[in-house]
Amino acid sequence: MTLRWDVLAAILGMAVATYLCRAGGYAVLRVTRPPRFVQAMLQHLPGAIFIAFLAPALAQGGWTAWAAAGATIATQAAFGRLALSIAAGVGVLWLLAALA
Amino acid sequence: MDQAGDSRVTFTTAGVWRGVRATLAITIGLAPFGLVVGVVSAAKGLSLIETLLMSALVFAGTSQIVALELWSDPAPILAASLAALVINLRLAPMGAALAPLLDRMHGWRLWGTLAALVDNSFALTIAEMRAGRRDVGFLFGASLAMWVNWIVMCALGHVFGAVLRLPPGHPVFFAATATLLALLVPIWRGRSDLLPWAVAGAVALAVQWVGLGAPWPVLAGAFAGAATGAARDLRRDQGAREGHGEGRR
Repeated sequence: MTLRWDVLAAILGMAVATYLCRAGGYAVLRVTRPPRFVQAMLQHLPGAIFIAFLAPALAQGGWTAWAAAGATIATQAAFGRLALSIAAGVGVLWLLAALA
Repeated sequence: MDQAGDSRVTFTTAGVWRGVRATLAITIGLAPFGLVVGVVSAAKGLSLIETLLMSALVFAGTSQIVALELWSDPAPILAASLAALVINLRLAPMGAALAPLLDRMHGWRLWGTLAALVDNSFALTIAEMRAGRRDVGFLFGASLAMWVNWIVMCALGHVFGAVLRLPPGHPVFFAATATLLALLVPIWRGRSDLLPWAVAGAVALAVQWVGLGAPWPVLAGAFAGAATGAARDLRRDQGAREGHGEGRR
């Protein structure tokens, strides 16, 4: 069990940087009243963030990843159980990886 | 809808517990990534207490992996901090998008809840908001449960890393992606989401194709998609005073 000062400094630096990201976006909004366009954007940001996060990840995974993604979404739409949907996605990808 | 009255926003203990329970449902999606961070951390020579401190204080997997990839001796203080800043920039618009919930909060309920904000607790909370429930306790409980899960999984990965031996491309790691994919379903508000989502995906892919790494595909795609949706909404609402932009007051 060691705790080196340089490692601790790097961890604290990362922690401060990450908190600035977590709180900063909202802190700016809290002190300024954003224009209507920005307020309208905020309504669309959540979905857009996730699509923009997922599309490159799936593109890197190739067609098997897209198939697994389809299985995940279809399962969630049909049953509405997150654990089941996640398992379905992983299962389909596992199956395709074993077959390919 | 997000723009419904802020007056109904609460922070209840019941909400905290609902957030915790919602997180338990996606534990299998959260666990593998934490294990990986623990394994990599051990491989890079960090002690268990250093690993636990990083996971507890930073609590952002991708940035931890990237920082560990460029780990050196002595520890890369500036490089690791910059990597965390750049990669976690995607969290800034998430906090902003939660404004309809957070505007009524003060003190630790505001700044403490933001301290634990992560992608999955954000997604669960947006789904809650779109189902008409506005309890900041839910976000806090979900984030807290994910934080505990994260620390436990990183510890297990660090201790049992040598035994696990999961290669990088293993299907188990798709669980993290699948979690967000499944959460798209409750976040979907109908056909009006189609255009902004399509633009977000196309721009993200284009930015990645050009060769830019994280976080630029996410940020460019997210802002392009949201701007497209906002431009369409404002044009549609011209003349009508009540628009989609009344989330904040």
